[in-house]
Amino acid sequence: MKPTHISGKLWVLRDPHGQLYDDVDTDMIFHNRYLHITDPAEMGRYALDNLRGWEDFAQRVRPGDIVMAGRNFGAGSSRQQAVDCFLSLGVGALVAESFGAIYKRNAINSGLAVVTFPSLSRHAETFRNGDVLSIDLGSGELQLNGVRTYRAQPFSRVQMAIYQAGDLFAYGELVAQA
Amino acid sequence: MGQTIIQKIFAAHSDGSVPVEPGNVIWLGLDARTARDFAGPNVVRNYRRHYGDAPVADRTKTFFTFDLVVPPSNIPYAINQQICRTWAGEQGITVYDVNAGIGSHVALEEGLAYPGSTFVGTDSHLNIMGAVGAFGQGMGDKDITFAFRTGKTWIEVPETMRVVVRGQMPANCTARDLTLAVLRRLGSRGALGRAIEFYGEAVEALGLAGRITLASQVTEMGGIIGFVPPSAEVLAWTQARVRRRQPQAEVRGVYADPDAAYCETVTLDVSGLEPLIACPPSPANVKPVREVAGRRVDSVFIGSCTNGRFEDFAAVAEVVRGKHVAPHVMATVVPATRRVYAQMLKAGVLETLFEAGFIISNPGCGGCASGHLGMTGEGQVNISTSNRNFPGKQGPGETYLASPVTAAWCALAGEIYGGER
Repeated sequence: MKPTHISGKLWVLRDPHGQLYDDVDTDMIFHNRYLHITDPAEMGRYALDNLRGWEDFAQRVRPGDIVMAGRNFGAGSSRQQAVDCFLSLGVGALVAESFGAIYKRNAINSGLAVVTFPSLSRHAETFRNGDVLSIDLGSGELQLNGVRTYRAQPFSRVQMAIYQAGDLFAYGELVAQA
Repeated sequence: MGQTIIQKIFAAHSDGSVPVEPGNVIWLGLDARTARDFAGPNVVRNYRRHYGDAPVADRTKTFFTFDLVVPPSNIPYAINQQICRTWAGEQGITVYDVNAGIGSHVALEEGLAYPGSTFVGTDSHLNIMGAVGAFGQGMGDKDITFAFRTGKTWIEVPETMRVVVRGQMPANCTARDLTLAVLRRLGSRGALGRAIEFYGEAVEALGLAGRITLASQVTEMGGIIGFVPPSAEVLAWTQARVRRRQPQAEVRGVYADPDAAYCETVTLDVSGLEPLIACPPSPANVKPVREVAGRRVDSVFIGSCTNGRFEDFAAVAEVVRGKHVAPHVMATVVPATRRVYAQMLKAGVLETLFEAGFIISNPGCGGCASGHLGMTGEGQVNISTSNRNFPGKQGPGETYLASPVTAAWCALAGEIYGGER
């Protein structure tokens, strides 16, 4: 069983005015000029390089870090690379107020922890780069710097099953055997 | 309790072990599964890694559609397309190759998607299939790899909202203006994670091309799919195409029950509509054209899966006949498919556009993802009929999204202009 409790250092995606980024489109996460890339190992270096203020994210992020954004993160295209680039960098989880529908599917299928935090905008000022966020994927409880707690959405059943299996392919094998 | 359109389609494509109610996860059978020259090679890579030489679930329901960079203008895409072709040959899968056009439109023209059917592929605008009352969903390469091998996908049944568009649209407005009006109302998240059903006399009055425009922009409203209940015209059009493959096929529309449950109903009236335009930095930043009129325009792009039908170009031809694009404007036209191109050729539309000074390309997506046309440089102001204008997507310039008719008037005037209409 993979741990259902994860913890990491936060990167809070804010725009140059300090506002949490909403509607981060897949072209801002992984630009279309790189769509020919098929090797996940090559995808990480381009993560967020078309998002103003975050062009050097790939150099700054460390394995296990957690990325936080506002509403509709991953809007736009169906490109798997926009998820796999974060996996390639070892990002531990994405936390957002909401996710684009296709993006969320892609993340679930890749076994990347994506956590929907519906009340995020009410607490947006609280979260800062470098804070330590702990997430209980099963209950949706978030803990900031070991002190304050917040309630996000727990993983859905299928999301947890795929996450535990590793990815969609491993999950598919389990289902076929059942 | 009655059922919505998506509930009925899902119920007809699942085994019934789980009720098709919002929030439930079901296994959905897929009538067609596709990949493009974008993500296609990733699918091949995933497939080989996880399934080796095993055959796809059903090669008659599995397709490649090359539309992004066609024919390839760079070596990575040439390599990727050949990877897909070679593997498709090994598997016996049909490839709609670089001459065919935009995959979603080819699928409609070939009868691969039809009312009540399910269709997936590596294209986030596959909700275009809602234009004929079919379910279409864009997916990443992992989902599609799994769908190729198993013929099914896991899916959470979404809630459905109703969008009712009342009134008769003024003659100077088009389906794109109606679509922009809906987008202005719903915003980028108004349908997040939901299905939409479109109703109202303004929607019923749309032909298939207009329904495609409306359905395609559901992605930009955050929605999963937007169904336009099929008219008699749409049923006849799709049936004729399905019968090319299955001569006896009977196409039937899927319609909601009168007592189906909706999470929200949004109503708007387009009787007083005026031409609209989506300004940078997002497709939902919609304004009347007159509010930004007069701004110098450097380039115009007319095409894409949102506005690349024959009807769109015929409307452009009406505007530009006997006139000429402003000297400083680079104006490009990209038909959605080879069939659209042929129709333009036979009707004289190509000649009219050529005489007016347009650059006319072979069919395909155009510039949406660094294709052949429609990219911008720093400071360039671009008027486009495509579907997204996020910063940097088509290059560092500023892209405005508008109808083909508005784009045509802008091309002639060399500035943002709503036209003499």
